Amino acid sequence: MQHVYFDHNATTPVAPAVLRDLTAALVEVNGNASSIHHFGQVAKLRLEKARREVAARIGCDPKEVVFTSGGTESDNLAIFGVAKRAKSAARHIVTTTIEHPAVLNACAQLEREGAIVTYLPVDREGLVDLDDVKRAIRPGTGLVTIMHANNETGTVQPLREIATLAQRAGAIFHSDGVQVGGRVPVNVRDLGVDLYSLSGHKFGAPKGVGALYVRKGITLEAMFFGGHHERDRRAGTENVPGAAAIGTATQLDFDWNSLAPLRDRLEQGIMARVPGTCVNGSLIHRLPNTTNIQFAGIEGEAIVIALDLRGFAVSSGSACSSGAVEPSHVLLAMGLTPEEARSSVRFSLGPGNTLTEVDSLIDAVEATVTHLRRISPQVVNV
Amino acid sequence: MSDLIAVAMSGGVDSSTVAALLKRDGHNIAGLTMQLWNQRRLPEVATDATTGRCCSLDDVYDARRVAEHVGLPYYVVNLERQFEESVVAPFVDDYLAGRTPVPCTRCNTFIKFDQFLELADSVGAKAIATGHYARIRHNAETARWEMHQAVDLTKDQTYFLWGLTQPQLARTLFPLGEMTKPEVRALAGEFQLPTANKHESYEICFVPNGDYAAFIDAWQREKGIEPAATEGRVVDTEGKDLGRHDGAHHFTVGQRKGLGIAAKDPLYVISTDPQSKTVVVGSNADLQRSRLIARDINWISWSGLAAPAPVSVRIRNRHTPAAATIYPLSENRAEVVFDQPQRAVTPGQAAVFYSGDLVAGGGWIE
Repeated sequence: MQHVYFDHNATTPVAPAVLRDLTAALVEVNGNASSIHHFGQVAKLRLEKARREVAARIGCDPKEVVFTSGGTESDNLAIFGVAKRAKSAARHIVTTTIEHPAVLNACAQLEREGAIVTYLPVDREGLVDLDDVKRAIRPGTGLVTIMHANNETGTVQPLREIATLAQRAGAIFHSDGVQVGGRVPVNVRDLGVDLYSLSGHKFGAPKGVGALYVRKGITLEAMFFGGHHERDRRAGTENVPGAAAIGTATQLDFDWNSLAPLRDRLEQGIMARVPGTCVNGSLIHRLPNTTNIQFAGIEGEAIVIALDLRGFAVSSGSACSSGAVEPSHVLLAMGLTPEEARSSVRFSLGPGNTLTEVDSLIDAVEATVTHLRRISPQVVNV
Repeated sequence: MSDLIAVAMSGGVDSSTVAALLKRDGHNIAGLTMQLWNQRRLPEVATDATTGRCCSLDDVYDARRVAEHVGLPYYVVNLERQFEESVVAPFVDDYLAGRTPVPCTRCNTFIKFDQFLELADSVGAKAIATGHYARIRHNAETARWEMHQAVDLTKDQTYFLWGLTQPQLARTLFPLGEMTKPEVRALAGEFQLPTANKHESYEICFVPNGDYAAFIDAWQREKGIEPAATEGRVVDTEGKDLGRHDGAHHFTVGQRKGLGIAAKDPLYVISTDPQSKTVVVGSNADLQRSRLIARDINWISWSGLAAPAPVSVRIRNRHTPAAATIYPLSENRAEVVFDQPQRAVTPGQAAVFYSGDLVAGGGWIE
């Protein structure tokens, strides 16, 4: 059976151009970027080329890019890096209830260490209310961390406005941009963020490399203790092949905005042919590749498994440690009931998807849901 | 896709062998593991031993390895909510009401052969297969699905399977029912399954170290209920005070240890009464009962009971079925009169009725 991938918000395949540069870096760049000799210099040059590429993609200075092991490390470095430096009077953090676990659990840890955290709610569309942000930020607020776009619904937050509010109050503003940065044009200066997390594998680089934008003037407390790598912001021998890969990935000429018509076709096809469906999250402020659809009365987990057995990879909720699915905290935060949250499925498109694939996915979803609806009344309840 | 069989994989040797057997015989199968309970949920009762327990990450890891080895699609499904509602909460309620529950039966009835079957339906499977030791046969004459004891009587699990209905039986495969455990182990070895030499657990999967009293206390604390103050009097069969106990739900009928009362002859728990918080103790002879009433009966191989009939009755898992006569009281309630009195007939346990190796049906002891 052929398997078709519609789960790009989980991860993306490595792009051919990335593979080429990654392999070249692995084979040809053998030095330690911190070494003085020729080999070290070659590695350093390769690393800095990658840094310039990433910087160019998000509109910052190369010195403002710190390479990390991925989105989780970027988020942790940003949040702990700021919070650990904060004076006791600035130990208040503002975030939202729909953040990625890398942010939520970092905040929860800081709470255990004595910080005060405000978790802002979101509305039915998954958007934070700017008045709520305004009210939450207070003189003791040291950090505001609010994601750019949500991984499950694709809903995009009004970052620019939030940045203004944070700036006015003198708080540092971090945004988890893992679902956005590298995919669609982003300019960190325009957004007004101080810290911005990227994850390479969300846009064609391999797992294990990410980046954090750290605006000039922001000093982070180190999380790793070791050498003076990454301008003392992240100790550990530089992952040059990984950096090369994420650098190339930022330069791919694929425009994720071009996925919107395909996504819309998928969404409208499913809505038109499957009764009892609706879309979760904002239809306007949304990533071009994502749709999250509720199928009334059906377990999303069953749809995911049934579709996988038909050759289509989609997702529901988020995987817990065993690999089982828990109802999405994001959808619950948007006011969905646990039943509604469990009956939701995320489809996330990427560069490889074609019109034909979308059309066969619509057929498969229709067949699967029709089957599920047909059998459910026959289920024996003892 | 209609020929798909969903195999319930626990990560143990039995269900692993089922998967490998069905695959070898050319069936189209998918492996599913039910995540039923978070072993780290009640930290005060969790121990290091919990890592090797049912639903632990180790078990899921093992099931995944087997699925990879056998070469089948594999999924973990979260049924924690359903398990808590249908198995764990009634388990606690039973103990607090002075009964000694059989959670495995409820799990089979409400989870494995209900929720899991429903899930199998949803993914388009025509049947489910598990590693239980029991046999299912269709009787053309009675037009009923029958359940028979496993060939390996030392492994027979029909005591936990009496709640299965005809529609459930019609779609269930127990490939191990015809085999002995040593044969299964040997087969697992032949298949080179990563779980071939895994030891098995006999405990209640969600209760660490079998300490159900500690589990109940921890569960209640998690729910914000102060552990019930059920300490009270220990009395003899005449009602004479013998001492105090620290909670009626810590005792089960037939229990000898932990009474904390010195006596000439061994003392056993005869009954517990959570209402009056009294634990009645007596001699082994006081535990003998010659009759019981079973409620909520599910008839499996028999379609019902119109007149008194001879049966043999098992009143707990390792009990040797005892000859008895069963008298209908109502549609799903009956009285069992044993030929010889039986020791420790325990409310909350199941009474399963056999006719030879045929499982006629079963019910809960009142």
